[in-house]
Amino acid sequence: MQTSNASTKTYHPFIVFHQRLFRSKPLGGFGGVVFAIFLLGGVFADLLAPYGMNETNMFNSLQSPSLSYLMGTDHLGRDVFSRILYGAQLSVIVGFLAAGLATIISVILGVVTGYFGGKTDMLIQRFVDAWMTFPDLVLLIVVVSIVGPGTTQIVIILGCLYGIAGSRIIRGSVVSIRENMYTHAAQSMGAKTLHILWFHILPNVMPVVIVLFTTRVGAVILAEAGLSFLGLGIPPPSPTWGSMLSGSGRTYMYLGPWLALAPGICLTVMVYAINIYGDALRDMLDPRMRGR
Amino acid sequence: MKADNIIEVRDLKVHFPITEGLLRRQVGILPAVDGVSFDILRGETFSLVGESGCGKSTTALSVLKMQPVTSGTITFNNEDITHHSASQMRPIRRKVQMVYQDPYGSLNPRMKVGSIIGEPLRVHGMAGDKEKYNARIRELMQVVGLMTDMADRYPHEFSGGQRQRICIARAIALDPELIICDEAVSALDVSIQAQVINLLMDLQERLGLTYLFIAHDLSVVRHISNRVAVMYLGRIVEIADRDTLFSQPKHPYTQALLSAVPEADPELEASRQEPLIIGEVPSVRNPPSGCRFHPRCSQSLERCKTQVPMHQTSGSTVLACHLYD
Repeated sequence: MQTSNASTKTYHPFIVFHQRLFRSKPLGGFGGVVFAIFLLGGVFADLLAPYGMNETNMFNSLQSPSLSYLMGTDHLGRDVFSRILYGAQLSVIVGFLAAGLATIISVILGVVTGYFGGKTDMLIQRFVDAWMTFPDLVLLIVVVSIVGPGTTQIVIILGCLYGIAGSRIIRGSVVSIRENMYTHAAQSMGAKTLHILWFHILPNVMPVVIVLFTTRVGAVILAEAGLSFLGLGIPPPSPTWGSMLSGSGRTYMYLGPWLALAPGICLTVMVYAINIYGDALRDMLDPRMRGR
Repeated sequence: MKADNIIEVRDLKVHFPITEGLLRRQVGILPAVDGVSFDILRGETFSLVGESGCGKSTTALSVLKMQPVTSGTITFNNEDITHHSASQMRPIRRKVQMVYQDPYGSLNPRMKVGSIIGEPLRVHGMAGDKEKYNARIRELMQVVGLMTDMADRYPHEFSGGQRQRICIARAIALDPELIICDEAVSALDVSIQAQVINLLMDLQERLGLTYLFIAHDLSVVRHISNRVAVMYLGRIVEIADRDTLFSQPKHPYTQALLSAVPEADPELEASRQEPLIIGEVPSVRNPPSGCRFHPRCSQSLERCKTQVPMHQTSGSTVLACHLYD
């Protein structure tokens, strides 16, 4: 019944791809679903959250989870579940924007150094080497303490940080694509460099770019949580998961363990879900896996 | 230069630097092509043959200026293109197209076949309006024997022979004058080879094309060529008409190459003389002195070891061998 339907109807390539992904990579598919739940939860936080994110109710402070407060309340009587939803919104915004910026930087640096090679490659990649010797967190702390905390700053800093390091991955892929005969064929027919980059190099690095993006989303969300935990992230009262962990979570951990557990578990599950989904994407987009 | 020469190559040298270590210090040179001269007449099929690594492909790539030329001159349609810049080369590239050995690697896997065939038109701004462009693509697909409704498919849905037809359609899209076929049929099955060769010969007749055909399969070369140049370690040892070369090979290397072609008939195969060649191809990095073929030649003379044989031209044949001085 269902198979006869599938053979007559043509679905969008995105749906066909995910059907295949679920069949061959169930765990990755599960990760995708979990991530989608967080994504939708964040996007529709305004509709889903039973309370406002900063709505205090001093009579109900430090309540344990119940039907009216699904994840309990914090020391100011704010609903933790609502704050988790709004936190997901912030995490999603920061995650997608910073990972998007990082991917754009990686693609530009990677394509330029990988395609042109030579001295440009030497200079830029040695700079990338130097950049990568600094521990991420040290760089973040230094830059944030100079420019001050805030969503825009966090997005730009994390985008640059991961973008520069990720250029190495794109570069490697571009170098191998450049050596293909179709690139040579385009050069020999007199195509301009921009034409070759746009029509031959870029479409063929796309699988790498997609995977880089998904793994970066996870990494950025984690990094933002780390910064917020240190008090260098998005400033309160915005409910980020990191600041929930470091603020009420740490202070009232013994009185209300749910204050630390809720953001901690959400963070772990979301990042893990994105990573297994990204892994599955990588495997599925590998041409050698085609038709399996 | 004679009016009917489409390409003239004079004393072409392509030397690659051999570098070592972190600072890319040059420790030597690799003379991949070392003093090659030939003409290609308009409308003919000129073949370059020789063993792997003898510089056939490098020569062809230099003609297209896809390879930096160390010295020598390349003339295309009476125009010296040796020192042309990339932008000066663009109008030339419209007239010279290339067909590659590997029909799998030379098509972008993420482009539809119609857009692959139309790419040269778009690159040179000759696509025109959509109607005309699509009509041209359909026409090209028909000419090379592909179904016109396959334009929306991706290259991986085609067989090797069909893919090579796509490459040929792409090559003739701009009505070029010269097509360089770099081992264009070597990667195909024998039966498919014959089809593609016939297509190439058919197109030559219809469109008045000139071919520079690079191959190591002598039976293919014999079928398709008008003239043949034999290369050995970066030098041309003999150029002759197809029939002359195959019936009366003069240079000992040409004789050895021809004697190495297996016969299909087992009785003929039994009576075939042993290949006249000794040992292995020496490294191009350190080529032998004098005539480069002398260490492997069964008829080598004393002066072959020291003196480089000059190219002697008589009629349409060119020969570089001390035996005929």
